[in-house]
Amino acid sequence: MSRQDHIARLKQAAKERILILDGSWGVMIQRQGLTEADFRGERFKDHDGQLRGNNDLLCVTRPDIIAGLHDAYFEAGADISESNTFSATTIAQADYGLQSAVWDINYEGARLAREAADRWTARTPDKPRFAAGSMGPLNVMLSMSSDVNDPGARKVTFDQVYEAYREQAAALHAGGVHLFLVETITDTLNCKAAIKAILDLQDEGAEPLPIWISGTITDRSGRTLSGQTVEAFWNSVRHAKPFAIGLNCALGAELMRPHIAELSRIADTLVAAFPNAGLPNAMGQYDEQPHETACMLEEWAEAGIVNILGGCCGTTPDHIRHVAQAAAGKPPRQLPERPTAMRLAGLEAFELA
Amino acid sequence: MRPLFVNIGERTNVTGSAKFRKLVADGQYGEALSVARQQVEAGAQVIDVNMDEGLLDSKAAMVTFLNLVAAEPDIARVPVMIDSSKWEVIEAGLRCVQGKAIVNSISMKAGEAEFIEQARKCLRYGAAVVVMAFDEVGQADTADRKVEICERAYRILVDQVGFPPEDIIFDPNIFAVATGIDEHRNYAVDFIEATRRIKQLLPHARISGGVSNVSFSFRGNEPVRRAIHSVFLYHAINAGMDMGIVNAGDLPVYDDIDPELREVVEDVILNRTRADGLDPTERLVEIAPNYKGDKSQAKAPDLAWREQPVAERLSHALVHGITEFIEADTEEARLQAERPLHVIEGPLMDGMNVVGDLFGSGKMFLPQVVKSARVMKQAVAWLMPFMEAEKEGQERQTAGKVLMATVKGDVHDIGKNIVGVVLQCNNYEVIDLGVMVPADRILAEAIEHNVDIIGLSGLITPSLDEMVYLASEMERRGFDRPLLIGGATTSRTHTAVKIEPAYRRGSTTYVLDASRAVGVVSNLLSPTEKDRFQAETRAEYVRIREQFARGQDQKNRTPIDVARANRYPTDFTLTQPKPSFIGTRSFSSYDLSDLAKYIDWTPFFASWELVGHYPAILEDDVVGEAARGLFKDAQAMLEQIVHERWFEARGVVGFWPAAADGDDIVVYEDESRTVEKARLHTLRQQMARTAGKPHLALADFIAPVGGAPDYIGGFAVTAGHNEIEIAARFKAAGDDYNAILSAALGDRLAEAFAEAMHFRVRQELWGYAPDEAFDIETLIAEKYVGIRPAPGYPAQPDHTEKATLFSLLDATAQTGIELTESFAMTPPSSVSGLYFSHPQAHYFGVGRIDRDQVADYARRKGMDLATAERWLSPILAYDPLSVAKDAA
Repeated sequence: MSRQDHIARLKQAAKERILILDGSWGVMIQRQGLTEADFRGERFKDHDGQLRGNNDLLCVTRPDIIAGLHDAYFEAGADISESNTFSATTIAQADYGLQSAVWDINYEGARLAREAADRWTARTPDKPRFAAGSMGPLNVMLSMSSDVNDPGARKVTFDQVYEAYREQAAALHAGGVHLFLVETITDTLNCKAAIKAILDLQDEGAEPLPIWISGTITDRSGRTLSGQTVEAFWNSVRHAKPFAIGLNCALGAELMRPHIAELSRIADTLVAAFPNAGLPNAMGQYDEQPHETACMLEEWAEAGIVNILGGCCGTTPDHIRHVAQAAAGKPPRQLPERPTAMRLAGLEAFELA
Repeated sequence: MRPLFVNIGERTNVTGSAKFRKLVADGQYGEALSVARQQVEAGAQVIDVNMDEGLLDSKAAMVTFLNLVAAEPDIARVPVMIDSSKWEVIEAGLRCVQGKAIVNSISMKAGEAEFIEQARKCLRYGAAVVVMAFDEVGQADTADRKVEICERAYRILVDQVGFPPEDIIFDPNIFAVATGIDEHRNYAVDFIEATRRIKQLLPHARISGGVSNVSFSFRGNEPVRRAIHSVFLYHAINAGMDMGIVNAGDLPVYDDIDPELREVVEDVILNRTRADGLDPTERLVEIAPNYKGDKSQAKAPDLAWREQPVAERLSHALVHGITEFIEADTEEARLQAERPLHVIEGPLMDGMNVVGDLFGSGKMFLPQVVKSARVMKQAVAWLMPFMEAEKEGQERQTAGKVLMATVKGDVHDIGKNIVGVVLQCNNYEVIDLGVMVPADRILAEAIEHNVDIIGLSGLITPSLDEMVYLASEMERRGFDRPLLIGGATTSRTHTAVKIEPAYRRGSTTYVLDASRAVGVVSNLLSPTEKDRFQAETRAEYVRIREQFARGQDQKNRTPIDVARANRYPTDFTLTQPKPSFIGTRSFSSYDLSDLAKYIDWTPFFASWELVGHYPAILEDDVVGEAARGLFKDAQAMLEQIVHERWFEARGVVGFWPAAADGDDIVVYEDESRTVEKARLHTLRQQMARTAGKPHLALADFIAPVGGAPDYIGGFAVTAGHNEIEIAARFKAAGDDYNAILSAALGDRLAEAFAEAMHFRVRQELWGYAPDEAFDIETLIAEKYVGIRPAPGYPAQPDHTEKATLFSLLDATAQTGIELTESFAMTPPSSVSGLYFSHPQAHYFGVGRIDRDQVADYARRKGMDLATAERWLSPILAYDPLSVAKDAA
């Protein structure tokens, strides 16, 4: 079965039911209690500086752990699992001096996710599984000043961000992912560079893969970190013709709901949400229990506002298991028909009807 | 916002505004931004940015200006039109805007190939596009040529490039009329005519144009030019023109133009033959000087805030991030103050506190706060020379050196930057290492600069661990200078429990927000206060750690028999009289207008994410406008709901003789109290209690078996019949707003029904408080006798009890409310609960309970343990799986 056949099955499955994404990787990796030596492995044993905490590197140095986590999430009922490549760009890996390892991290990360997906598809042929190539945010932003005294200052250019995402996308593609997941978007302009990178690769002959775009509403202001409303964000990325649009991170289900409801109203594509397990407590931990998350997300499913559900920070396979059970049998959201109109955006949306 | 005609601000265009051109050429970007802000404040819905000037590096100017605009939320809220005749300038601009912009413009001037390539790029960056009516032959002048070129371009864009037709805007060229040249006479008519035909011919396409061209020959006579623009637009908009580059707010209303002038202008624009045979152009030239006298009365942005006292003005400038007047205002404040420093410590800090509060409450978002900090800096920069002069030429003595960094793995530094600014304003030298700073570097720089204090910031949770690590590194490397912790994810508890113990050699202090930073730093650096402050902080953190540890201990539950022995000491001599009837009474088609007055509006606003108390929220500075609009819509719909009887309100109320039997409440068939009709089960608190505090259960509020004759009530009400249908109808019509509004109002009416019914129960149906007066505030504050707890809520978290209540009330038959398999009520706008009338009855939360009570509860309810644990899982104080495993 070719990758395009798999993608066709993914699109078919999305018409039939609410799809389930996996949960957080950070918490699960933290629970392994890994040491500096685990992160380094043989290959990086003499690398300068601390590598502990560079979770993406485990795709190369501890593939057994990463494969195990994919299995745990698929076992819990996830349809889609993300490659462990959230920070695997040359820009983000520069903190560790590991720019040269970026291709391998993405390639291996994609391969591990894909192999796990294929393994589970073989095991449960009625429930095919998919690997999404995770492309996370950068520590530099194209829309926000890097210097309080100079609002025009930027640490990077569009071209640099574009190149970083392009390399990541190419490696994920080569490693076999079924779709791209550009996620935890704090700055829409960074996201637009990623979109351009992916579509340009496609123009140059790469097999087209679906794109899933997931922004982050930072706090109660209801804006992205770079200041956009949800509708402005959607208007700004709609040209990617994404397979899915959604939100993740920063908020738990309770605070995320109105923003997902808004996306559900305006987006003529699948709507996806993977909230945190509530808000962190004073100790930085997430207390929301699997049944609590599932209970809220079940209501979203009943309200018909989502097509894909999953979890972000603080969620575990147990959360995903509960969410999968809660969403089972509920019909997916129907795409809305919206009148044709010019829809632009600054920080706010602008519609000329 | 769905305007009929879009004003595109033209003043940020170097070809259209000499002032703007000069500002950009001189590098005065701050002033240049004010021009953009004025445009938006005056109503421009899109701003056109054009840097095409021979002597400018247009590409660099475009990038600089757009990056600066991105930092100004007041401007950046609207989309940008990137305007250049050079593609490389347009592409550079597209790489600077996060929103969806408009490219102005591309055309077939250099052939189809280039046109297609540029259109593809616009699509790839996600922009709409203006297409000039220009082809290989030249610019279209007649209506026919305009239509022909636009149609050809449209077909290429839509059919070959896949461009969305709604993102195509045609500019069919507005040329000057009344030039004295005969061929130009029909130019306005050509444009208007082409507009009409293009709109008919090419679905979804839009029409735009540079309006000021049309009046070019009257340069220097602004009133006449404005009249020409106004008349031209009147006719062009009627023909279908959608947007135009105009000086927003600068146009007279068509009807307000002097009739004589208007008539002549109309003759010119429409190329009409005058009845008197005079040439319209000559006639306009003749009368134009009569109108020149009018000084331009451009509508200025709202400057009412300039009328306020200087402190308010400073605060306004800080909150809105306006730098335009800051130096003048700061100077005015300085002249009034005894010392320049007092301006900082007084009005400027007050303003920053407002910013901090607004930010903290989600009413400002990050870019605005950055802007505020910049205004603050400018004000301080203005004061600096005066503060230095005050020190009579001595080298400036700083109060101390503070190193600040956002820790490794975290990119958030707004809060840290504010703290930095505030500290600098208070004469501290701040060394800011920025974001994502590894511990090694923080400590190396701290030594190199010999700083007095190290401040760490973080917003995401993993930063907490990094801070602990940094503290331990400071300990290991023998540091002893004070450490400050701040940022949204940090807390006093975490600092006390995790960070402070890792760094014994020096002191660690949690800083809640920027306003506290100065106090903390000055204490830590003061020779006299330092020891006392550090000792106090240490003592406080020891206390917090103990509290925290106790909190952990409190997870230990009190055994259920001990808790039962410590029940609430209800005084049953105060038991209320017998209700006016025993059994149930149902109400159908309850008067909706009567319910409307019981509505508690605060939760209504909360359901729309507008946080604040009604009615104060309507006057709220930030969400007030949104709240007022919503309230108005809600009132209008509520009136319709009542008058057109959208919903049917139905309810049932019942009272029965009852007695407590342990933690159960026995409900009797009748006054003989011999036949048990039903048994209600309650749950008891098991948290650790200090002496004198009871372990509550709802059964405590009912007199025990054999005691005083007591009663319990129950109710189920709904305002939701037809609710789902009505919402679905709105939704089907694409009106989600009203769909949600109707559901939210249904919810509120059900709650109001419960409130109204409870009032009637107290006054009349049970009648234990016949003299209670109606006062909505009192009702909302629940300051009345008796409670109406609902199963599934904190006082009785078990939803399955609803089944018993419903069967007692025969609620489904009486009201049409059904229970789902999870015991949710449908229709959703329904409320049910029990009535307790005892004066000492009050609300409480059961909290977490232990296995001994769950086992007992399961036995009482005739459930198996696993089923009970499933229903009670949110409040279990233990993990049923691991307990089961231990037992096995």
